[in-house]
Amino acid sequence: MRRPRIAPSAVLWLVLGAVYFLVPLIATLLFSLKDAQTGKCCSLSAYGVILHDPQFWTTIKVSFRLALETIAVGLLLFVPTIYWVHLKLPRLRPVVGFMALVPFVVPPIILVVGLLKFYKDTLHAPFWFLGKPDLFLVGAYVILAFPYIYFSLDAGFRAIDVHTLTEASRNLGASWRTTLGRVILPNIRVAALSGAFLTLAIVMGEFTIASLSAFHTFPTYLQYVNESQAYPAAAATLLSFGITWAAMLSILLVGRRGGQRTVRVGIGR
Amino acid sequence: MAHVELQNLWRSFGPVTALQGIDLALESGEFVSLLGPSGCGKTTALRLVAGFDQPDDGRIVVDGKDITRTPPNKRDMGMVFQAYSLFPNMTAEQNVAYGLRIRRRPKAERKKQVDDLLELVGLGHAAKRYPHQLSGGMQQRVALARSLAIEPKVLLLDEPLSALDAKVRVQLREEIRRIQLELGITTLYVTHDQEEALSISDRVAVMWSGKIEQIGSPAEMYGNPATPFVAEFIGTMNRLTATVADDGEIDYEGLRLPVEAARGLPRGERVLCLVRPETVDVAAVTDGEVHDGALTGEVVSKIFLGAVTRVRVEDGERNLVADLSTGRAEPLTVGSRVAASFAPASARLLALSEEPPALDPDNP
Amino acid sequence: MPFFAYAAMFLILPAATVMIGAFRSQDGGYTLDNITSIVQTGNLREAYWESIRISLTTALLGGLFGLLIAYAAIRRGTPGWVRSAYGTFSGVAANFGGIPLAFAFIATLGTIGIVTQLIQNVFGVNIYQHGFAIWSRRGVELVYLYFQIPLMILVIAPAIDGLRSEWSEASANLGASRWQYWRHIGMPVLMPSILGAVILLFGNSFAAYATAYSLTSGTALPLVPILIGNDLGGNVFANPHEGQALAFGMFVVLAAMMLFYIPLQRRASRWAK
Repeated sequence: MRRPRIAPSAVLWLVLGAVYFLVPLIATLLFSLKDAQTGKCCSLSAYGVILHDPQFWTTIKVSFRLALETIAVGLLLFVPTIYWVHLKLPRLRPVVGFMALVPFVVPPIILVVGLLKFYKDTLHAPFWFLGKPDLFLVGAYVILAFPYIYFSLDAGFRAIDVHTLTEASRNLGASWRTTLGRVILPNIRVAALSGAFLTLAIVMGEFTIASLSAFHTFPTYLQYVNESQAYPAAAATLLSFGITWAAMLSILLVGRRGGQRTVRVGIGR
Repeated sequence: MAHVELQNLWRSFGPVTALQGIDLALESGEFVSLLGPSGCGKTTALRLVAGFDQPDDGRIVVDGKDITRTPPNKRDMGMVFQAYSLFPNMTAEQNVAYGLRIRRRPKAERKKQVDDLLELVGLGHAAKRYPHQLSGGMQQRVALARSLAIEPKVLLLDEPLSALDAKVRVQLREEIRRIQLELGITTLYVTHDQEEALSISDRVAVMWSGKIEQIGSPAEMYGNPATPFVAEFIGTMNRLTATVADDGEIDYEGLRLPVEAARGLPRGERVLCLVRPETVDVAAVTDGEVHDGALTGEVVSKIFLGAVTRVRVEDGERNLVADLSTGRAEPLTVGSRVAASFAPASARLLALSEEPPALDPDNP
Repeated sequence: MPFFAYAAMFLILPAATVMIGAFRSQDGGYTLDNITSIVQTGNLREAYWESIRISLTTALLGGLFGLLIAYAAIRRGTPGWVRSAYGTFSGVAANFGGIPLAFAFIATLGTIGIVTQLIQNVFGVNIYQHGFAIWSRRGVELVYLYFQIPLMILVIAPAIDGLRSEWSEASANLGASRWQYWRHIGMPVLMPSILGAVILLFGNSFAAYATAYSLTSGTALPLVPILIGNDLGGNVFANPHEGQALAFGMFVVLAAMMLFYIPLQRRASRWAK
């Protein structure tokens, strides 16, 4: 039984790619295992330093908290909006889609300048707003995450027949809230989760806005460690990478388990 | 043109055997259809002929030459796919000209050939349009023109009409046949639509589970199905499970019916009696009358099919379906008592070794 | 709708502030000086130039390698797990950038990096003595590719999926070789997507801050995002409006990029029919 065999040129590029991507990770791993005194392999002391550093835990919790808040605000804000656009205002779709591209033109580095100027100088915002990362940073992060959440949700909404489901639900007597909660949400679950995990990855790794606004989050902590201790920095890097990968894997698993439960109604053969 | 032979082709995909030793020979200029349900192996066979797949065993011979190992771009065959095969970045013209460009034909010659072919398929006016600007039917015409441009020895078509509307399908299949006859190209056509296959082919090969069940002219296939599957697949058919009774009769659930084919068969043998609905006659009976050799029962349904009306007669466990001209069927009302019968010579008997699968729930 | 209100507060108005701020001078009036000074001041101009060069290089190289790898992973014959592996990895790696990535490369090719030492031990060559540095332009480009290539893979994969097998089969059936298929059909159909993706990569690289900052410690290499960061850091010498002017300049570059991107996307989706 013969099946098409893998092309030799394909093997070449796949291997080269794998090498390029894996070498830095392996190097970091080796680095992280170096003993503080001898500078040679192999010890877990670097990991110990990191894991015992209270700052590590504090900042991880902060970043994680910010991520969850961003996800919550994002979904709360975007799900109804996109739902509404798909349902009632299809002409606004290009507008919203366009807005999803704006963050590419106003990347974090520009956004942070604008945000600081706007709130500090123009609005003279009170300290309680500027001082708490949960308000200021989350506000900015939602914008950063918007394109990703939008593309995920948009794809999800396009995959289901929004009109038919809504009309059926309303016809059976459900209120808007019930319709949204019980009918629409379960069907876009996968898309929403995917957007949520992407957001998680983004927030956990966001450095630009956080550092330039003088907040202390996990990435700023990482940079601090980078500048101060080499071997622990390697350990921290790998831990951070591992966390992101775990988040991504979760999407895959949840996505595969949940699956697309679209029922096609029709007279088929 | 070319004489094509498929010799003992075998092809498996993992645990599934798609083709089990297929043998088929096409005469030069012949139009043969591979007909069967999804998964029967017809597309697999076609792809092997085209060269997009390699058989596990067996050979493909064209004009005496074994081309089993020849790559697809050297086989000099034209193929029309089911859908989406036109190159989206080229106009209809450019699509048709592609094969000629590859063969480095001079520009003037290309232009003439392309123009002629587009005219042949009736799309001279749409030459400069892109595929996304053409309807499904038009796209397939361009695909046909494109495959003919290279003047292939063999033409292969993989369910080219399946994705089109019913009316377009009928129109286009007749055009395909007309063009094929005009050019005299040996053609292998794959379809699951039996009406399509019967209407345009020189011969039809019915396939099931990787084997050719029967091959013959459309009339043969329709009138003399060799296996229960073929009988079931082609046209509609009454299937009566019966046993052979006295000379020339069968016992159908206790009712004796005269069937020529039953002569000489051992008494008590279980058979499947096949009767075409159009050979069944239905006549009204007055209460209490019983006709010999006919199924006396009640009309349970009348389905209007245009020129023909399908009448179903039932009597307890027994039933017969008759296709009558609408005029004749008119006076027979649902619920009235009738006698349904058929000429003894118009029924076929098959040994009841395998029960053919229920293919179409709408088909009684 | 709450959405638009939100967008206004956190996106539109701050962005507008930056734009307008770019045109203001120290004393509150409006002026073009900030903009013109960018063009005139050597190091500012150089920063733009560096940023553009790096972005161009990583966009083109990232695009090329990303395309080759993506195609290798997706095409017929390659086992399915390869595609999933590269897909998930790209998803992570594209967002991996920033601090951890910078350090990973420092650990690899920094002055005491593993590979640096490996090369020294095996070949007896100290690459740093030969002019290589992880914080130089070449070093930064090398590092940027780590998230550029995965981004390319993610973006171009759907387009490669869109290449219907019927096209390559029909092409072969009509007598063409694989190379001819690519030349006449494959590449032309993919081109709008490829160009769009490259533009995206360019913008992505241009705007990158965290990675560059971490690699160069904010000083070694003049890049626009770095300079903007310096301005914000309360650098006493800086004119606060200069930062905004720089940001504005960046915005112009990115906006110009978008103007090319959108029509390309539309073209690409049209041919996907």
